[in-house]
Amino acid sequence: MYTIETKEKNFKTLKNPWIPIIYRVKEKFQENELNITFILEPDSDKCIPEMKPGQFNMLYAFGLGEIPISVSSLEYEHPYLCHTIQGVGAISNYCYKLKIGDRIGVRGPFGTSWPVDMAEGKDVIIIAGGVGLAPLRPLIEILGNERFKYKRVNVLYGSRDPHSILFHTDVISWQSDPLINFQVTVDHCQKGWRGNVGVVTSLLNLASFNPAETVAYLCGPEVMMRFSAYALLDAGIDPSNIYLSMERNMKCAIGQCGHCQWGSNFVCKDGAVFNYRQIQKELSIKEL
Amino acid sequence: MDKLKTKSIKDNLSEMKFFEGIEDDMIEYISQCGINRHFNRGQYLGKEGDSADHFYIIRKGRIGLQLHHHDKGTIMLKTIHPGEIAGVSWIVPPYRYNFDLIALEETSVIEFDGKCIRDKCEKDHSLGYLLLRKFTGMLSERLKNTRIQLLDVYH
Repeated sequence: MYTIETKEKNFKTLKNPWIPIIYRVKEKFQENELNITFILEPDSDKCIPEMKPGQFNMLYAFGLGEIPISVSSLEYEHPYLCHTIQGVGAISNYCYKLKIGDRIGVRGPFGTSWPVDMAEGKDVIIIAGGVGLAPLRPLIEILGNERFKYKRVNVLYGSRDPHSILFHTDVISWQSDPLINFQVTVDHCQKGWRGNVGVVTSLLNLASFNPAETVAYLCGPEVMMRFSAYALLDAGIDPSNIYLSMERNMKCAIGQCGHCQWGSNFVCKDGAVFNYRQIQKELSIKEL
Repeated sequence: MDKLKTKSIKDNLSEMKFFEGIEDDMIEYISQCGINRHFNRGQYLGKEGDSADHFYIIRKGRIGLQLHHHDKGTIMLKTIHPGEIAGVSWIVPPYRYNFDLIALEETSVIEFDGKCIRDKCEKDHSLGYLLLRKFTGMLSERLKNTRIQLLDVYH
């Protein structure tokens, strides 16, 4: 558990999902060219409720709007928040440029969380693609902290290229952890890369698991998740033991505005973490 | 004290996923075309343009599938892991390697003589059909993966 020295405070947890609470950038880490991880601390005695792995917050860039961003670590004690942001749009680029001490609005936490309990006493496969590693990192942390509760833990991580790999320190630490089978692959590599090259599903051959007793957690681009789910099903894993984190255009984050409606589900409220059985049909409909 | 028993090539093949569903006597028959080999890191198992006389099933280690580009240097297209097959050009004419195969670490393989296997398949068409079905499945999987790789989904 990381601890940040601050004055002792009794924080008031606000439960109104409409009102952003002001947070301040406490620390920032440049992950790679596109991604930055922020540690946010409440700017007052008000904070949002404690987050669970897989949940997200709406980050409010003043005057611009909000974006949904998953919690990317729970190793920072509540009420600190850890978010990893890829600067790709107007709001995320605003967030990307935030400096230490800058303020930002936060609403949350929203959505469902990774069902960690489901994996107790079972083998685990985590498949992460690109920035999809960020929402899965809290789950990996929990599995690592309570390692005795689970059997074999496999983490398969696919990235675009070596420069795009997130959380270098963690990745190195997971790779050297004898209790975690952590495998990385890249789609394209530069000179000097000594790791694996190929799609993330090809790493399944390196995972050790009993299909009848395995729970899988997936997060990444939708195409990657679909093919990963097929590969897991082909390996004999029950569809009810596969969980995916979906992404849609989330606005209100509480299932009121309908922007993220996906079939009969609202991704913000019924997800973002879904069981494969729950969304199997929607995944196959191209227009959704 | 019991003598250490070395596994035969047939024993090793029988444990591999690729040979699942192939009967023991057929595996025994195929294993006559295979030998155990070891490659040091950096050693080539095949080079682009060379005659594809062999294919390899990896027991330990890792093999890289590489291509040399005049501007970009050597590009790694894919890594091949234990239980997987390296070198598929032996199966169809003109039996020429399209890429370099390089051992990325200390690598143990079962090396198969492609011509020997082809001759056996000509003599026994049911073996030929089985092997072709296995290789087609693997090639189809690799084609699918390459297409996904080309999508650049993480960008």
